Amino acid sequence: MALTGLDIYKKLPQTNCGECGVPTCLAFAMKLASGGASLDSCPHVSQEAKDALSEASAPPMREVTIGQGDNALKIGGEQVLFRHEKTFFNPCGFALVIDDSMEAAEVDSRLESLKKMRFERVGYELKTDLAALKCSSGDKSSFAGLVEKVKGSCDLPLVLMSDDPDVMSAALDVCGTGKPLMASATPENCDAMAELAKKHQCPLVVRAGSVEELSGLTDKISKAGVQDLVLDSGSRDLSKTLENLVMMRRSALKKKFRPLGYPTITFPCQETQDEMLEAIHASVYVMKYGGIMVMNNLEPWSALPLFVLRQNIYTDPQRPMQVKEGFYDFASPDESSPVLVTTNFSLTYFIVSSEIESSKRPAHLGIVDSEGLSTLTAWAAGKFTAEKIAAFIKKSGIEDKVKHRKVVIPGYVAQIKGELEEELEGWEVMVGPREASEIPGFLKSWQ
Amino acid sequence: MSYSAPIDRYTGKINKVEIGTGDASVQVGGETTLPFYLFEGEMPNRPRLAMEVCDEAPGDWAKALEDVLGDVWDDPVKWAAKCKDEFGADLICLRLLSIDPNGADKGPDEALEVVRKVADSVEIPLIIYGCGNASKDGEVLKKVAEQMEGRAMVLGPAVEENYKTISAAAMGFGHNVAGETPIDVNMAKQLNILMTNLGMPAERILIDPSTGALGYGLEYTYSVIERDRLTALQQNDAMMQMPIICDMGREAWKAKEAKVGTDEHPEYGDPVKRGIMWEAIGVTSLLVAGADIVVVRHPETVKLMRSTMEGLGVK
Ligand code: B12
Ligand code: SF4
Repeated sequence: MALTGLDIYKKLPQTNCGECGVPTCLAFAMKLASGGASLDSCPHVSQEAKDALSEASAPPMREVTIGQGDNALKIGGEQVLFRHEKTFFNPCGFALVIDDSMEAAEVDSRLESLKKMRFERVGYELKTDLAALKCSSGDKSSFAGLVEKVKGSCDLPLVLMSDDPDVMSAALDVCGTGKPLMASATPENCDAMAELAKKHQCPLVVRAGSVEELSGLTDKISKAGVQDLVLDSGSRDLSKTLENLVMMRRSALKKKFRPLGYPTITFPCQETQDEMLEAIHASVYVMKYGGIMVMNNLEPWSALPLFVLRQNIYTDPQRPMQVKEGFYDFASPDESSPVLVTTNFSLTYFIVSSEIESSKRPAHLGIVDSEGLSTLTAWAAGKFTAEKIAAFIKKSGIEDKVKHRKVVIPGYVAQIKGELEEELEGWEVMVGPREASEIPGFLKSWQ
Repeated sequence: MSYSAPIDRYTGKINKVEIGTGDASVQVGGETTLPFYLFEGEMPNRPRLAMEVCDEAPGDWAKALEDVLGDVWDDPVKWAAKCKDEFGADLICLRLLSIDPNGADKGPDEALEVVRKVADSVEIPLIIYGCGNASKDGEVLKKVAEQMEGRAMVLGPAVEENYKTISAAAMGFGHNVAGETPIDVNMAKQLNILMTNLGMPAERILIDPSTGALGYGLEYTYSVIERDRLTALQQNDAMMQMPIICDMGREAWKAKEAKVGTDEHPEYGDPVKRGIMWEAIGVTSLLVAGADIVVVRHPETVKLMRSTMEGLGVK
């Protein structure tokens, strides 16, 4: 539970020495309670008080990092139940299963897919985040061999899937300091798994048969000294998993219930054999509090929509991303290249610019400041009007860069053509296609 | 510290709306909880899937759609029959493209002719959506409402500029109305207030919140539906308790990712499965947010959503 300023004050030295930058211990306590200060600022606080206070002031859901370096995946640290309240923070991760009983060719093709399956969208690279290595053989040298092989050819962080501490130990020895996610500690093996997690400094999945049982188990494991935990409520069916995910997230955020204050992991791969349904289960968990989705099938046709959904759900709902106003050059345009305009909503910009790029035609693309709104939204809100576009064209200096006087507007705002021609004397306004995907064809026929 | 399940209780409830008549009628709404939260409330009617049928052959639909609909899409009656008999649609959403003044610009009588034929040939209930031109939609839907009296269809989308015409006609001749506003809780509520002030019963109104496709504004639609639902259930706001309808097929299949072939984007993978997933994952997100009816195009989406809802415990 969150502490009040007074609770915190009781644990401070109460000497009012002022070294924390605030005149009194009470004032410092108040600041701490409101999140405006850090306990580190007081040099005199006792270790015992530190433990008690840092426990109480910790965020309701712990942030857990898997792997190391540039590819490390950070999950958890979430603060809200609904994205409109603030934002969903650390995008969830997708893991592709590689099983030690798979044929070598299958293993190779999965490794290939982890490397190759990347999409570029609105300025971000979308890709699979983790390789989930599963020990089905029960044999520790077979599993260690798989870990070795994957480590050699793929630089993504790993999830190691085995409930047998011996097998896990052998795999961890191969991993070195890569900080893989260990899956899983269960009521049967938790002591040994906790020991291994401590020894190798690795995050640990905790699995139990129900949310209640799980909370008892994480409590025990965290007391044994392992704090980087990931929750697996044990259910392998869509309805129950949804329920458990909601229960865990609410317990953490609304009740500040520590034993469930961790990110989660889900296993669409174990819920259905149907590859399309598997992707749909994963999509439900992207929206409803899944931290990691472990997938048996992740092909471009399912990965692309899943990754885009994740991107949508995890964008900041309050602040649309924007691009700077101005003219952008494509393929070294010259004085006879076409001039196009659109809005500064980054989604719109990236979609349009990627089409212009793919056409390989030279072009000048003008971005009008429309407060981060899409074409039609901006038009309807009066932010992408004839007047605004005309003013932008005049001050942009494009009139010195091109000899012709033709400007292409998005097809969806065809209705402003007449007005824009009036505002922009000497210019001819051409209505472009509605969908950006038709821009390459349009540019190819432009003269 | 011991665990106790954090169950929420809601004071509000979503209205039940009856679409169609007799044995073939379909009921939507009635939820007493957030979508699929069966651990703390009820979802007596599973969300319904309406398949889109157009009154003229679509020119530019994706290959994946042409493969399954191309043989019937120049005949709305056959198209609707196929959706019902082969694809298992719950409802048909008949879109009157041909009345668009920027297109074929057909009159109310011609539109009515098509509506009548489709209505008389399929038993499942109909949603009649106009072309998006507010004044033309008003004129045509008024006529349709009168002549199809008592069929309890859904007419829409009613917008700020034409809601008076459409809701008056729906009210007078026993239909339901779907009111569309651009992704905004207050505007949706305002339109509901205006329509009920005219005398339209609240139990015959649906909210169309405007739909953005996956990757093209979906997150805004997702969040506004969640907020609509929270307003209805937690705040017990009677002017927000209408079931929600989303027009997703059209948006999803407009997206480049749903329709380009592998020649252009080899890295995107199988174009048919990709198109279906673009629609199905978009629909899933609307259902998880709180939609009660979703309009879709591909039969495989209907199947997948059925299994998904079953998986979520709602049959
Ligand atoms: C998401 C959304 C919003 C979000 C805003 C998101 C944003 N950052 O812009 C929110 C919820 C805030 C919003 C608000 C409003 N919205 Co709004 N919104 C949408 C929605 C669902 C999707 C828009 C989107 O993101 N599209 C994706 C982007 C990439 O599309 P795009 O910019 O148009 O780009 C495409 C093409 O135009 C083309 N293109 C772009 N540039 C160029 C350039 C050239 C040269 C060419 C050739 C092509 C081209 O390529 C792109 C891909 O093909 C649409 C409905 C819909 N399904 O489209 C309504 C919609 C645009 N909104 C609408 C309205 C009315 C509004 C409001 C004015 C409502 C109000 N009165 O408050 C407000 C205005 C905001 C404000 N500040 O006041 C209406 C517009 C009606 C009309 N026909 O004019 C729409 C169509 C909904 C509707 N049917 O009523 N909206
Ligand atoms: S530094 Fe510590 S002891 Fe000194 S006033 Fe601040 S809180 Fe009190």
